[in-house]
Amino acid sequence: MTAAAPVVGVLALQGDYQKHQQMLNSIGVASYLVRTSDDFAQVDRLIIPGGESTVIADLLRRFDLHEAFSSFIRSRPVWGTCAGMVLLAARVNDETVNPYGVIDIDVDRNGYGRQYFSDIYPAHMELDGAAEDLPLVFIRAPRVTRVGAGVKVLLVHKGDPVILAQNNVLVSAFHPELTSSTLMHRHFAFAFARS
Amino acid sequence: MAEDKDLMTVKIGLAEMLRNGVIMDVTSAEQARIAEEAGAVAVMALERVPADIRAEGGVARMTDPAIIEAIKKAVTIPVMAKCRIGHFAEAQILQALEVDFIDESEVLTPADYENHIDKRMFRIPFVCGCRNLSEALRRIGEGAALIRTKGEAGTGDVSEAVKHLRLINKQMKELTVLSKDELPSRAKELAVPLDLVIKVAGLGRLPVPNFAAGGVATPADASLVMQLGAESVFVGSGIFKSQNPAKMARAIVAAVAKYDQPLELVKASRGLGASMKGRSVASISEEELLHTR
Repeated sequence: MTAAAPVVGVLALQGDYQKHQQMLNSIGVASYLVRTSDDFAQVDRLIIPGGESTVIADLLRRFDLHEAFSSFIRSRPVWGTCAGMVLLAARVNDETVNPYGVIDIDVDRNGYGRQYFSDIYPAHMELDGAAEDLPLVFIRAPRVTRVGAGVKVLLVHKGDPVILAQNNVLVSAFHPELTSSTLMHRHFAFAFARS
Repeated sequence: MAEDKDLMTVKIGLAEMLRNGVIMDVTSAEQARIAEEAGAVAVMALERVPADIRAEGGVARMTDPAIIEAIKKAVTIPVMAKCRIGHFAEAQILQALEVDFIDESEVLTPADYENHIDKRMFRIPFVCGCRNLSEALRRIGEGAALIRTKGEAGTGDVSEAVKHLRLINKQMKELTVLSKDELPSRAKELAVPLDLVIKVAGLGRLPVPNFAAGGVATPADASLVMQLGAESVFVGSGIFKSQNPAKMARAIVAAVAKYDQPLELVKASRGLGASMKGRSVASISEEELLHTR
């Protein structure tokens, strides 16, 4: 892994992966759309975008990415937003998604309700010495219902943890890629899980 | 409650989440479950699929809330529903039912031939059909968070969707090469707000996602519209009017995910049984066409 300039992959099976790629481009980070099991070898870090977790989970198996994905997310820095967070969790409240269990949290899919209850909230975040506004865009978002002992809560919103991390795994319940704030993308590309 | 601009981010945000996926028309909880298992990103809850609306005639209206509620209960993915063009009361009912997206659709019989719904008045995002850039930008000006081609629904003939995609792409390309002082008169010709024309000229694409709909019936059709720039695909009658809906649904999902890889499309297309019989657009009389609404 090249320490200074990582290649950040974005899992590109379904969802808003182009939005993440645009964010990475805007901060000068090399990005790569991961579509096949061979593509994992091209990237140092991986973002799992928003979308429908049922569909992304299904396509991972259908197109034989399951094994390579499983092993990547157990050892390399990964960041799941919304649907991506659902896939990385330990347990999910409904049976339509089998999560990969790489971060010790339980989530309630669409725990904040249907689209009618989707919303955007102003927030402020301190990360890597920067203190910036970070609008929180929740879209049929997952709600964290249990946080395991080894998990760090990085941001709480209205009593719920919304950014969490454990070892190589970062998750957020909301969508920084839909805003003009690059704070989270800078953190994931340059600072997160650097040893 | 969020400000207008912020609410628009949330509405367009859901459309972004649906990208690179398939939205399937369903008429029952059972069909909705088949669609979800096959990998649909969302379902459109209907009383009749467009092919049946076309065959049966009469006035086509919003779906019975009991059917929408049964479908909402059956699946965990977003549920959309259609209201008639201009019928804001149907849209209010659909919003109260908490569907995730409202399609102000030419597939139903229009309620207002002059005005579309003021979609900014709603918290639920809207998708609208269009045939050209003028229609697309007018709908966006009214607050649509997602645009789809009209195509010609219920035919299984993809030619209209192709025509609409190509025309919109061409008209957007034209805007990008016009100089700044030529944009106001172009906006006037298109009969759309100048600020939207300036935006499209800068972006080279619509400010909201652009999906394909109307006549998509096979994995190859799905690949075709994706290669022509559609960002997701609506499939109406094409799935549940085919011989093996579950198989067809899975195949079209695979075709959208791998739309630019012919070897994957071979796999997706093989052994599906009969696709919907359909009807060529050329054989349909002017009065029966839906896309002119």
